[in-house]
Amino acid sequence: MNAQVPLKKQQSATDQEVDQECKASKTGAEIFVESLQNQDVEIIFGYPGGAVLPLYDAIYRNPIKHILARHEQGAIHAAEGYARVSGKPGVVIATSGPGATNLVTGITDAMMDSLPLVVFTGQVATTVVGTDAFQEADIIGITQPITKHNYQVKNVQDLPRIVKEAFHIASTGRKGPVVVDIPKNIANAIFDVDAVQEATINLPGYQPTLHPNYLQIKKAVTLLSQAKQPVVLVGAGVLAADASKELTEFVEKYKFPVVNTLLGLGSIDGDHELFLGMAGMHGTFTANMAINNCDVLLNIGSRFDDRLTGNLKKFAPNAKVIHIDIDPAEIGKNVPTEIPIVADAKEALRSLLEQPFEAQDLTLWHEYLHECQEQYPLWYGEDGDEAIYPQYAVETIHRLTDGEAIITTDVGQHQMWTAQYYQFKKDHHWVTSGGLGTMGFGFPAAIGAQFAHPDQTVISIVGDAGFQMTIQELALLKEFKLPVKIFILNNSCLGMVRQWQETFYEERYSSSLMPVQPDFVKLAEAYGIKGYKVDKVEDVESVFKKAIESDEPVLVDCRVKELTLVNPMVAPGKGLSEMIGVKKG
Amino acid sequence: MRRVITVTVINQSGVLNRVTGLLMKRQFNIESITVGHTEQQGISKMTFIVNVEDQAKIEQLVKQVSKQIDVIKVTDITEKAIVMRELALIKVVAPPNLRPEINSIVEPFRGSIIDMGKNVITYQIVGNPEKIDAFIELIRPYGVKELTRTGATAFVRDAQVKPLPQLSILQ
Ligand SMILES: Cc1ncc(C[n+]2csc(CCOP(=O)(O)OP(=O)(O)O)c2C)c(N)n1
Ligand SMILES: [Mg+2]
Repeated sequence: MNAQVPLKKQQSATDQEVDQECKASKTGAEIFVESLQNQDVEIIFGYPGGAVLPLYDAIYRNPIKHILARHEQGAIHAAEGYARVSGKPGVVIATSGPGATNLVTGITDAMMDSLPLVVFTGQVATTVVGTDAFQEADIIGITQPITKHNYQVKNVQDLPRIVKEAFHIASTGRKGPVVVDIPKNIANAIFDVDAVQEATINLPGYQPTLHPNYLQIKKAVTLLSQAKQPVVLVGAGVLAADASKELTEFVEKYKFPVVNTLLGLGSIDGDHELFLGMAGMHGTFTANMAINNCDVLLNIGSRFDDRLTGNLKKFAPNAKVIHIDIDPAEIGKNVPTEIPIVADAKEALRSLLEQPFEAQDLTLWHEYLHECQEQYPLWYGEDGDEAIYPQYAVETIHRLTDGEAIITTDVGQHQMWTAQYYQFKKDHHWVTSGGLGTMGFGFPAAIGAQFAHPDQTVISIVGDAGFQMTIQELALLKEFKLPVKIFILNNSCLGMVRQWQETFYEERYSSSLMPVQPDFVKLAEAYGIKGYKVDKVEDVESVFKKAIESDEPVLVDCRVKELTLVNPMVAPGKGLSEMIGVKKG
Repeated sequence: MRRVITVTVINQSGVLNRVTGLLMKRQFNIESITVGHTEQQGISKMTFIVNVEDQAKIEQLVKQVSKQIDVIKVTDITEKAIVMRELALIKVVAPPNLRPEINSIVEPFRGSIIDMGKNVITYQIVGNPEKIDAFIELIRPYGVKELTRTGATAFVRDAQVKPLPQLSILQ
């Protein structure tokens, strides 16, 4: 008799469960996919594993495009490339433990460069979280300092709201990565169906300021109208706000010269007469002298990174600074600022345009800057040298694509040469890892960019070393017929490391030379794509042309001059006016 | 500079960790920190005492902490009229013959006896951190066996001292 009581109870519980399943038969995983569809997610980059099996099963049963990378780092850099050129958040999925930890570099990279990403990681079941269960990693703890925000879903009813908030946080204000950690049992849990529509964002602590303060704009206008030697420093904030048009209109109206940060390239036409080039460590002499000698520095959407400013004590010594930034914490962080303006760059530029003013006569200033350009242009090479100079390779790519290709780079010398010699005609065509300087970024980022813009020419300019860090993603080119063009500027060394050792460590090339390399052409062929090797300067033009005009993926192993430096340079600890290598010889 | 900062946060799991982690990452030196519920459900308040070099640093701190999604409000209340309290428990070696003497020290601090053993007494002292420092200083010679402090919690007084109106004659 007694034994029957619990049996009955069990029976009725099962009935209840069955009942519930009939009424609301959706699981957390299905709700997850629906939430992504509600966000108009068109592509996910990821890699499956135990903890995300429910999510992958839901993806299998629902039409949402998922790209299987060959390493989680490849997936997340692809998502970054996608986000950079499309402006939409990149979406990533990885499993718990090693899958999640493999994302750490990419998450940090996105944080440093303010790229919108929503990253979903699997997690062990909530019942065993905290017990060192198989493939458990505290990804919330690990990613807390490298995300804009992160969540662990503890209750399946919260999932739709959390997904919605994650996308909102990632793609508004100062953009950035958001991690959502989904325990396996939450993905499997049964859930009330109507909740997806009902989910509303509840973020009382998050209200980014978009509109500039009117009085601050007035003050800025007054200062700008008095400036005799103004310069506008433009960072990626202008690109994030999609404000290139407003920027160009503004500077043309007042004839203000413009310099870019590394990440700001493309915000104004690289051939524009008001554009002085990139500033900073490997910027142009003229851009750096403009900052050094300006009386008013209008910074729009740049965070005064140390690679830009050089020695802060010597930075823009005569300038009054106006700083427009969507992130108030960036204003006054590194450089004392007279006029702080917290705003979205587009809104701020519009407000500036609505307050027309009479600028000073800038003729003398322009003459001085012009003189700098004439006297100290970018330069490379030695007379009579037959080697392929990497700068020449970039110039050739620029010429063949009219400055209109989407260009991604890895990190190192080739990155700086690309920044210097590829004059971007358009915005949102430049994809590089600036803040973190992540080797291995460039090639997978090109894959993401190509997915975002299947019909555009996407070129990845990489170093021989960095390329090998995420080279496994070659498999994706064939699989998805992605016509990405890879140009390895192959100097058989960790060029940038070697440069510093040559310049600051008396040529002690400690672990920076890499004479033994794979046959990159054969490797390309092994992955089913075309490969060319170029080692004579006279072949550069024809082979590059053939590669760029092909509608298939192509890898070009371009053997460039091995011992050459990125010039000019602001040595560490020096000010922008103390550049070395400004002239040939 | 010693600054008193209050931070109003949404009471999510991990929020304390977020704020302290951020301060560590940005190299801020926390002297003390307290957290607790407020009159509003789901909202907690933290009080920090930090040491910073200059005004720019404290501005950075306030801005960086404000940026956290779970943080609703950050205020530097150092310059305001505030009430600040900390609690300390102090176990003092107090053989019966010395007790009257010790009690005469405790009394002006309005300390209370929490626990008593054969040779030790545990006192509780409440006050601003300086008062507690002063008490510890006085009691230390008798032998402090154990000491624990909660860190300060604070808020702004209702009536703020208004700055004196400027006299035109002084300008
Ligand atoms: C993941 C990572 N490891 C190390 C570095 C340091 N680093 C910066 S540039 C560089 C050399 C890159 O060599 P390569 O990819 O061949 O490019 P090159 O400088 O030769 O153009 C190294 C090792 C880095 N930026 N990222
Ligand atoms: Mg190299």
